[in-house]
Parts: sequence; structure tokens; C-alpha cells
Amino acid sequence: MASVPRSFLLLSIIPTILILCADFACCNTGRKTGDGLDTDFSGFSVPLEHSFEVDDVSRFRMRGALQLRGGRETSVSLSQSQLSEEDRKTLKEVAAVDGLYKIRVPRVSLTDRQTERQMDGYLTAFVRACSLVESHLSDVITLHTDVSGYLIGVSIVTIPGACRGTEVEDEVDLEAFNTTLTIIAPTNAPQPETALFIERMDIEHEKRGKPQEQKSFFAKYWMYIVPLVLFLMMSGAQDQSGGGAANGGGR
Amino acid sequence: MRADSTCYTDSGSVRMESLKLATHVQRQQYVGKTLFAHFDSHSQSSNKLFLATDKNIFASFNSRTGDLLWRHVDKVGPEGTIDILVLHGQDALMVVGGGRLLRSWDTNMGGLNWEAVLDTGSFQAACFVAIQDTVKHVAVLKKAAISLHYLTNGHQKWVENLPDSDTVQYQAVYSGGEVEVYVLGVVPNSHLTIIAYSLEDGEIIKQRSVEAPWLSSVESSCVVIGQGVLMCVDPATLALYTLPIQAEEAPQFNQILLQSLDLEVSLGFQPVLVSSQPHPARSPISEFFLQLGPDHHVLLQLNADGYTIAALRDFQPAFLVSFATTGEKTVAVVMTPKNETACDINLFSADSGRRLLDTTVIFPLDLNGGKPFKLYVHAFLKKDDSVDYRVLVQTQDHALTFIQQPGRVVWTREEALADVVTMEMVDLPLTGTQAELEGEFGKKADGLFPMVLKRLSSQVILLQAWLAHLWKLFYEARKPHGQVKNEVTIETLSRDEFNLQKMMVMVTASGKLFGIDSKSGSILWKHYLENVQPNAVFKLIVQRTTAHFPHPPQCTLLIKDKDTGLASLHVFNPIFGRKSHIAPPALPRPILQSLLLPVIDQDYAKVLLLVDDQYKVTAFPSTKNVLQQLQEMASSIFFYLIRSDQGNLSGFRLRKDLSTERIWEVVLPTEVQKIVAVNGKRPNEHVHSQGRVMGDRSVLYKYLNPNLLAVVTESTDAHPERAFVGVFLVDGVTGRIIHEAVQRKARGPVHFVHSENWVVYEYWNTKSRRNEFSVLELFEGTELYNSTVFSSLDRPHLPQVLQQTYIFPSPITTMEATLTEKGITSRHLLVGLPSGAILSLPKMFLDPRRPEVVTEHSREENLIPYAPEMPIRTEWFINYNQTVARVKGIYTAPSGLESTCLVVAYGLDIYQTRVYPSKQFDVLKDDYDYVLISSVLFALFFATMISKRLAQVKLLNRAWR
Repeated sequence: MASVPRSFLLLSIIPTILILCADFACCNTGRKTGDGLDTDFSGFSVPLEHSFEVDDVSRFRMRGALQLRGGRETSVSLSQSQLSEEDRKTLKEVAAVDGLYKIRVPRVSLTDRQTERQMDGYLTAFVRACSLVESHLSDVITLHTDVSGYLIGVSIVTIPGACRGTEVEDEVDLEAFNTTLTIIAPTNAPQPETALFIERMDIEHEKRGKPQEQKSFFAKYWMYIVPLVLFLMMSGAQDQSGGGAANGGGR
Repeated sequence: MRADSTCYTDSGSVRMESLKLATHVQRQQYVGKTLFAHFDSHSQSSNKLFLATDKNIFASFNSRTGDLLWRHVDKVGPEGTIDILVLHGQDALMVVGGGRLLRSWDTNMGGLNWEAVLDTGSFQAACFVAIQDTVKHVAVLKKAAISLHYLTNGHQKWVENLPDSDTVQYQAVYSGGEVEVYVLGVVPNSHLTIIAYSLEDGEIIKQRSVEAPWLSSVESSCVVIGQGVLMCVDPATLALYTLPIQAEEAPQFNQILLQSLDLEVSLGFQPVLVSSQPHPARSPISEFFLQLGPDHHVLLQLNADGYTIAALRDFQPAFLVSFATTGEKTVAVVMTPKNETACDINLFSADSGRRLLDTTVIFPLDLNGGKPFKLYVHAFLKKDDSVDYRVLVQTQDHALTFIQQPGRVVWTREEALADVVTMEMVDLPLTGTQAELEGEFGKKADGLFPMVLKRLSSQVILLQAWLAHLWKLFYEARKPHGQVKNEVTIETLSRDEFNLQKMMVMVTASGKLFGIDSKSGSILWKHYLENVQPNAVFKLIVQRTTAHFPHPPQCTLLIKDKDTGLASLHVFNPIFGRKSHIAPPALPRPILQSLLLPVIDQDYAKVLLLVDDQYKVTAFPSTKNVLQQLQEMASSIFFYLIRSDQGNLSGFRLRKDLSTERIWEVVLPTEVQKIVAVNGKRPNEHVHSQGRVMGDRSVLYKYLNPNLLAVVTESTDAHPERAFVGVFLVDGVTGRIIHEAVQRKARGPVHFVHSENWVVYEYWNTKSRRNEFSVLELFEGTELYNSTVFSSLDRPHLPQVLQQTYIFPSPITTMEATLTEKGITSRHLLVGLPSGAILSLPKMFLDPRRPEVVTEHSREENLIPYAPEMPIRTEWFINYNQTVARVKGIYTAPSGLESTCLVVAYGLDIYQTRVYPSKQFDVLKDDYDYVLISSVLFALFFATMISKRLAQVKLLNRAWR
């Protein structure tokens, strides 16, 4: 009887709140942050739930709350409580039978203000419970959004990710999550780099020196043409004179 | 050693290379399902046959050989649909695209005489119009207008709007050689409208309507016979109705009850009338067929009074009937069943119904083919003025068979092959002797003595086979060279030295399966699956290859109805085409997904898992052994399902009781983008090198995740500025999104290939209006996380993703990557272009590490400097001058030679060749000098022997000194 209120006390007195990370990928490079617009997107919170059962039937419970902030600089933070003793025991049992540890978040939109943020359905991901135990609850949770700010997927991995069967003796290692949280928006695929290529070609052209001006045919080949013409004239003249001589002879 | 014999010695030049390819290349051209067929009756000696098909093709064949003379391939889809094909003299008239165009072709050469654009409106009917025995015009009836065109130049003589076209459905046009053209329209279940137009100026001469409350469609239940008498059949009152079209004096239909003719319609059968108008300048013959049941026809005659009908002959059973005319004679052609394997075709005099003697033709029924569907008869007069004929039989499996008396099949065309849906290449079985040896090692050892006996017996068999081979060589050597036949038959099939000859198993949309020898291109077996829905989806799975002698190879075809999702399995032997005796499981529920596991049962067949709509799993084969294995492995069997209509991707894990549990879910909102294609990697793909050696001698390791899926989406917003194409790389086991990229200002159709550690996709850039290629490559970095084994569950770090995009100067229709036995050979992309060419594009050009600026390192690595435009070099075309019309898919298969990849391109045509992406590095050249090499070897050998001896003598001498 006494243990239940004590754990409750523990929970309420020392709530280890992990606020982690404000990582953001791409899309807004070069843009100013902290614009006036940002204030429109006040953060909101969605539950992060988890489930680990020996019989593998999902029963999701609250794990923590995700603080999401949409807008130009999307950010996310997580506040979560410690695992209760009962949970720790279950988790170890699940790990022993190679069960799964599942998490889920509701489908939400980070940007849509007018309509309902929340849509029906959840996004689910899993990790082997044993790897979570063996990594002493150090997990990496990644949220993926699409171009218009809808959450489309969630993933969880543990570091290290392997299950080597090492026994985790110390109960303290399984009390608090050591979570790294990131939110990833799609990257922009590159376009063909025509501008750069043309620039490079130009530079190369310049390096080679200015292209030679188009000379006229005569300007290019005068050295061949002149001797040829001269030769023809000479031979022609000789012919004529020869012919003349022959004629003369005939007369 | 080369496996084939070529006579070219200079392999250096590209042109020679192409010619070389031509020695083991085949192309077969097809046209599709026949809609209209006409024989060239213009001259007696002509042997041309004209076809219009559902693939929008107008083609001409040589009727003696079945060879394609010429073919015109029109646009795909309703724009190119051939509505009608009529033939007169040397002109073939065609209405195309739902009444959009009227075309006239020259039947001799296949050239276009003229083309006329018709007014808008859906096409109803067309006929030739003759004045004074010469055909000068063609009338085209549309929904709301009729137009008359000159036959010589296509110019429009007149066009008239039809009165009350919003209530009256005009369906037929008739001309019997008079100065009027009659248009027949119907107001269903109310009355019939007949309008007579003047040929001269299109003026309405007469217009009248006749009460016909029983009539719903002129097209399906009426024909014109005799001197312009409209003959209709009504299945409700079981009566024939006649009405003279021209005559004013007959205000209503004349009813003739079928009972009065002693005729009875089969229950639930819609009676059909068949008539014939041999010449457009003359009225139709007064005899006609009435079909009363599926195999019951009656030849009837309208008497001269125009009111009464006489039954000439009753044909029961008779599958198909047709009329044919030559000169002045018209005959009725009737196909009757003879026995299980053959049908009789007989000629009957049309005006008397008497059977003409010696006119029987036997049509052999193919048990693996479809039933006869239509007859096209080419009748001609013999010297003694009797009628002879040849007949073209179209069967339900789209095959055309041309037969002549007394039943000789002149040729057969398998037109189902114009629409190949999917295919596989299966290794041929070993020869008997090879198999015998294999079998010896395969059997279990049972003591020393039996083993020796077994060995001896198999060697005796080998000796026997060798002697037989020698005898055959000796025997054939005496024959002149040309007579030695090398025909491939199903019995002589065996694997060649380098496994270059394979069996191509092709599945066509009509439900006919083919086994084609890849070397000769000849069809070795065919099998028609009769009850396949037209919208069925096929998936062909090779469950057991030929490698497990004595177990026969086994293929399974999953046939799924697209609407209901209900599926059935057809299990067969891919070498012989025979249906397997193994009973496939009953599948009462719609099937969502099928997956082939690497698990094998005791008979070496891979296990196929079928997931139904309640996420229950059915295993096939489902023996005890398999189920036990599945239970053991259940926790490591994952699969994914994709519902593109909901944008939902989800992963499941198998439970021990073969139920499943959902373990991950990714949802792409359908308001933003829709999934258009998902592609995993090919399971039979080998990657030889784990990484790439860079210029500084460090290794960049590839991210080789066998479970990776490439998911391609297109935006729902089609505006060119906002449209995009999304590429998601998702791990199929964990559901983790490995990479997510968006190609802005892009739109489909997206073609992509996913292989090794790369994805190549092609899309349309809406801003620059051009086609672009993009390549994504994934690398783990310079260190491997776990070099021994890959597990999706234990790969916490995301790979590095490199991407580059290039401009491609042509649209493409399909794309595939080459595949070789061990994956050592460099890869090429095979790109099918709309022009029919197939481009073999080196993957080297699609490498995201191509540097912008050339450095020492990049030169060391042989990287091509980046250029935004991808070149198309003409020497990259692998099919040279043999274009493949409407390429739909390219199939690649490895051969026994590492350098060689077998390629089959299919679409309208089928094209088979081999490609050598890294040249033939494992094949000796043709001009390889064996004599020189061996003489040098021998010389060296003797030189060493002699020098050794000399050295010994010298040493001995020195020792004595």
C-alpha cells in the first residue's frame, strides 16, 4: 500500500523534464528567423503514447507530451515522465520474450490553423523492447512532416540498436528516457545545374583564350593559294610559249 | 568461347557490335484483338487481309503466310479507336476516334489516300452509297447529323442535321443503290423513324414514323434484307417484324410469329439476325440467319411477296454462321461441332440451303485455346465455277487461325501477345544425362555397394547418350547441310552451356499464358484461362526453379479481380505449361498482398503468403513442415500493405497462429499527395561490391537495405507552380522514413528504378517543360555499422543521401536496370522511348558524385564531370532498326555468363536480345588465335625441358671437373 503513493510522490516531486532539440532541416535557409509571423503559430501539445505488452496486444498509455511549434521554424520538444516500477518490470518482461515497444502520435498538422489540427488516426512506430532495455532507454525519435506540414510518420531507434542479451541489472538505468527528438521536413531535390555549368564553360573558354576570329578563306590559306596560282600561271605561260614555239616551227 | 556463331571479326566498331546483336535478336510484331477483318476481294489473285484491332491498329497481312505486310499504329485510347472499317475496291474507309476522322487508305501499298475531319458528335454508323452501280460516296451517321463524302477525295458533299435528334436515337443508315439514303432512328418502346435523304443535295424527301412499342434498338435487333425490307426480331413477343423501308403504303410492321415457322428461342437468349449485302450498289440478299440459341441457327428466306418467310434449313448444333460472296454467288458458311477436338465448317447455297459438296473444312480445336468466336470467310470461284473458300477463325483468346481445305492450318497468329502484362524467365531443365548425374548426387546414400552400382549405371547411361550423339552426328553428316533441322521442340529443350537460352513465361491480359523459347522466339506451349475477368490483375511468381531435380519447376499465377479483390491461383509447370496437380488453396476473401518467402518446404518450393482483407494469412503450399517453419520464424516475418486511396502505408508482423499484428503506420494525407507507385528491390539481385573506392583510397560504403521501399507520390495540386513529385524511401520492416525528397514544379508520369543503393526516377518538369532524370544514392559513410549482416531493426544511423538531376532530351515510356548473375558487371539502365527505341544508358552517367569541378580525386575515380544534359548517343540503342511499338515493360534476367544480361521488351511487339554492359569481358573474341597461343605454349614447354636437360648436363660436367 505504501509503495503506490511513494511512487506517485516521486513522480510529482521530481518530474524530470527532458526538453530536447530544436532541430530543423532545410527549406528556410537564407530566410530570417523570428519574423513577426512566428507569433501566430503558438505551440501546441500532442500526446506521445507507448505500448509494451507481453501478449503483444497494443494498449497505449501516456508517455509524455510533444510540444510542437509550426511556422517558419518548426520546432518540437518533449516532456516525459519516468517509467514506473511496474512499467519497468513489464518492459523487462517484454524484452525477455522479444516483444515490441511501440509508440504512437496522433496525426496533426503543424501549419493548418483554420481547420482542425488533428485528424483521425495515429502514426505508429516500433522498436524491439530488448534493444530499448539494453540501450538504457536511450532512443531517437524522429517526426517526419510533408511539404504542407502534416505529420506523416514517426520513427524510433535506439543507440545502440542491437540486442546482445546483456542483462540490465541496475533498475535506475530504466527510470528515465534519454530521448533525442528531431523533426524532419522533406528536402528539396536538386534541379539540373544549368547556370553553374554554363558559368563553368564560360570560364573554361576564357582560360583557353579568346576564340580566334573567323578569318576569311583567303586570309587563312593565302600561303597555299598564292604559290598554287603562281605555279599555274607559270606553267600556263610555259605552255603557251611552248605552243607558240611549236606553231612557229610548223610555219 | 562464344556461345553463338557470328561471322564478324571486327568487334571494335560500334556498328559491328550492333550487327552482332542482330544474330540473337528477335522481334515479333502483333496487332491485338481483331475488331474488323476484310479480305481483298478486289482481284482474284490477291492474298491480302486487312484487320482493324482494339489496339487502334490498321494492318495488312499476307493471307498465304500470315506475315505482316504493313501496319499503322494510331494513338492509344479513345482518340485512336477504330469505329468502323469498310472495304470497297482499292479503298479502305475507316472512321477513327469516335467519329472524329474519316480516313481512306490505299489497300495496295497501305498509304493514306485522304483524311477528312468530321463534325463533332458520336459516331453511329457508316455505309457506302452507290449511284447507278458505281460507288461514289460514303455516308456517315452521327448522333445528330448525317454527312455524305466523296470517295475520291473525302470532300463533304452535304451535311444535314437530323430532326428531333434529342428524342430519336438514330442508329442505322441504309443505301440499296437508289437515289435516296435512308436513316433509321428509334424512340425506344414507342416508334421507329425513317428519313429518306436525297443523294443530290441532302434534302429530306420522305419522313415517316411507324408504331413499334416493342422495339428498343435498331442496331441490335434489326437488319435490312431483300429489296429494302427491314427485318426485326423481338424476344418478348417471339416474333419477326417486317417493314418495307421505301414503300409508303405500309404504315405498320407486319408481324410473323416464330411459332408459325416452328421455331423456338432458347430460354433467356436474345435472338440475333445476320444478313449480308454483298455489294453496296445492290440491295441485300433476301436470305438471312436467325440465331435462336447459343448453338442454334436457322437460315430463313424472305419470299418475293415481301411478307412471308420460308425456313430453308435448320442448323443445330452450329456455333458460328456467316455469309460469303464471290462473283454472283452467295454462300452460307456454318461451323458445327464435330467432336471434342475439331469443328466442321461447311458451305451451303444461300438461296436454297443445300449443302455444297466437298466443301468441308475441319477446324482443329485447341484444348489450350479459346472457343471460336467469329468467322471471316474468303470465298472465290474455282476454274470449274464452283465455290472454294478459305476461312479465318477468330477465337476467344484473340488468336487468328487461317485454314483451307481440307483442314490444313495455313497459319496461326497469337494476337493475345500484343498485350503482355507480366513475364518471367525460367531456366531450362538440364538434359537427361546432366539430370541423371544430378540425381545421383541428390539421392540419399544407402551403403557402399548400392552407391557403386548407381555410379556404374549412371555412367552406362552417359556412355549410351554419348554413343547416340555420335551416331546422330555421323548420320547427319551424310545429309546435305541445309536439311539438318534445328527446330526447337518441347522435347529437345535443354539448358545450354551458358544458360543463355531460357523459357519466357508470358501472361497476357486476355488470360492466355505462353511459354516462348528465348532463342528462337517460337511458342512452345500456351494455355488459355477461360474465366478471367477483363480487368484482372496478374502476378506471376516462380515458386520453384529448375534447379531442384527431380522436382519439376513450379510457377504460380495470382489472378485478382480488380473490383472485388477476389483472387485465384493457377499453379503450373513453366517448362511444359501443364497445370500442376497441386491443389491451390481456396481463397474466399479478397487478397490484399502476396509475398514470397525465402522459406522452402521439403519439396524445395518457396512459400507464398497471401494476406486477405482481415489481415489473416494463407500459406501456399501449406504442408505441416511449412506451417512449423512459419511458426518458428513468425516473429521475423514482416510485411507491408499500401492503400494508395487512403495514403496509408502500414507494416505487420506475423504471429505464431498466422494472424498478424500492425506494428507501424505512415500516413501521407491524400489532400496533399497521392501514392502513384511503390517499388522494392528485386530479390534475385546481387551486389558484388559493398562500397566504392574513392580517390583518396578510402571506401564509401553503400547503404544496401534489402527491405527498402521507394514510394513515389504526386501532388493533388496540378498547378504547374505548385505541383510536385515526392520520393520517400521507407524501410519496409520498421516503417522508418529513410529519406524524404520533394521535386518541386514536377509532375508525372514518373518512371523509376530502384536497385542496389540507388533510385533513378524520371519526371516532367512543369516549369522548364522538359523531362528530367534524377538519381538518389545512399551511402552508409566511410564506416560500416555492422559489416556481417544487415538488419533493419539494428541500423540506427540514417544513410547519407546524394542526389543529382539531369535533363533528358526525350520522354520515356518505361525503364528497367540490367541484371547479371553476380553483379560484377557495371549496370546500365534500359530506357524504352516512345519512338520504339530502347536505350542502354550507362549508370555511370547517372551518378550523384559526378563533380562540378574536376579534381585529382574525381579523375582517379573515373567520375565523369557533371553536365546538366544527359546525352542520347545513337550507338546506345540496343534494338538498332527494330523498333518496339508501344513499349510497356522491359524484363531483364541474368544469364550464366556474368557479362551478359538477357533483355525482353514487350508492348505491342516483343523483342528479345542480350546486352553486355561491360563488354564481353568473360568471352574470348571470335578471332582468338588458338593456334598461336598453343604453339607458343608448347614451344615454351619444350624449351624449358631442353634447357633443364642442358643445365643438368652442365652441372654434372662441372661436378666432374
